[in-house]
Amino acid sequence: MASSGEFLVTRGLGKTFQDENRTKTVLSGIDLELSFRDCLAIVGPSGCGKTTLLLALAGLLPPTTGTVAFQGHPLSAPERKIALVLQHYGLFPWKTAGANIALGARLQGIEISAKKLASVKKELDIEGLDHLYPAQLSGGQRQRVALARALLLSPLLLLLDEPFAAIDTVTRERLQNNLLAVFSQRKFSFVIVTHNIEEAVFLGRRIIVLDNKNHGIGAVVENPEMGSIEYRGKPLFFERTTALRNILEEFE
Amino acid sequence: MKRRTIAIYVSTVAFIYILWYVLSLLLGSNILPDPLKVFLRGFEEAATSEFWVHVKASTLRLLAALVSAFILAVPVGLILGSNARLDRLFSPLIYLGYPIPKIVLMPVIFVLFGLGDTGKIVLLAMIIFFQLLITTRDSARKIDREIIYSLKSLGGNRFDFFLHVVWPVSLPGIFTSLRIGTGTAVAVLFFVESIATNEGLGFYIIDSWGRAEYATMFVGIISLSIIGIVMYEIFELLERKFCKWKDL
Repeated sequence: MASSGEFLVTRGLGKTFQDENRTKTVLSGIDLELSFRDCLAIVGPSGCGKTTLLLALAGLLPPTTGTVAFQGHPLSAPERKIALVLQHYGLFPWKTAGANIALGARLQGIEISAKKLASVKKELDIEGLDHLYPAQLSGGQRQRVALARALLLSPLLLLLDEPFAAIDTVTRERLQNNLLAVFSQRKFSFVIVTHNIEEAVFLGRRIIVLDNKNHGIGAVVENPEMGSIEYRGKPLFFERTTALRNILEEFE
Repeated sequence: MKRRTIAIYVSTVAFIYILWYVLSLLLGSNILPDPLKVFLRGFEEAATSEFWVHVKASTLRLLAALVSAFILAVPVGLILGSNARLDRLFSPLIYLGYPIPKIVLMPVIFVLFGLGDTGKIVLLAMIIFFQLLITTRDSARKIDREIIYSLKSLGGNRFDFFLHVVWPVSLPGIFTSLRIGTGTAVAVLFFVESIATNEGLGFYIIDSWGRAEYATMFVGIISLSIIGIVMYEIFELLERKFCKWKDL
């Protein structure tokens, strides 16, 4: 294991998209550091490049400038120890929940014991859904299936792109609690992209706010008190959400 | 086959039978014989080995054309649909090739491939090929970027992309195209079998017509229709089995 400081590092990361008529800069000069077993939330106004940053961290979008390094090595392609859960879950509609969960392990040629499979399903409360297709599952179940697929690969880094955006408030809170519980029991770091301020404060030990104007990091909010379900009811939680809301309004 | 589908088929057959019977009475001509006479002739014909030679010849030609069109069109469609650069390169060719009524190329194809089975199968396959190619390509184009990211992040390579994404995404479109293509191919089959052959239901129909054996002619028409319906239902059945997710 690389030292914690070297776990995930970006230096001067920038991303520019070019089509026939114009050049659009989405990210510029992003410097980030994430330690092992740490959690980071990325927030920002719509179109500020949150998902682009996450895809760059996943090795799926090569940066135009700068570098991404994972465990001390430059990241130029998807890495098997990095798992990604996408906004619309990234489940394959033509595969059953069981086949979706097993797909990552199958593609990577990893043998998963029945015990491990059962334990992940139990952990996420998705037992008995194996034969159902994603269209037959509720939003919350789909999200947990996607999470199970990612966790089954025992990732060291979990990247989540607005994972609970399309889910009702009650289920969302339950899933946030789920994620926090899994995080405290397993050894991995996670980065969550969200537009939900409460979610960012509940799940991010550090919260970075992306700035739409200069395409970089506009503000960083340290939130070391997070980590328990009770945090949501504490006055500090409300203070942080208010502070974050004020910062976000500046960047809108 | 679903009970509802069977009920639809039975009621349609009953309706056609009644309509046919009424028309045959009104016309009072041999060209439209009493349907009962046709069915009885059908049983007589089915008892002869000669009739089955024609059925076999037509079925084999149709199957050979479907299989060759499938083998050629589906991989090309999957590749073009998932590769924008190749698609751009070949688009003009497909754009120009698709609207040409392939049947007008019959003389050229018969000169190149002969008047035998090969020429006939090539012509049928060409008709199905373009339909299948375009549907497959268009289905493969509809792949959501999120699915591609998902597969890549799970460790999938180019081969996995075709196996786990492009192929299943395109499959419903492929079945639809096969069903439509079969209908067109059966019509063309009749036409090509009326030329330079003495085997196949097309020949059987034309031959009976020439001999003014109208009941036998209708046996041929019904048999050719049954081949088309059976093929259609087989593709429908396969689609239901392999694309269950589509109707959820």
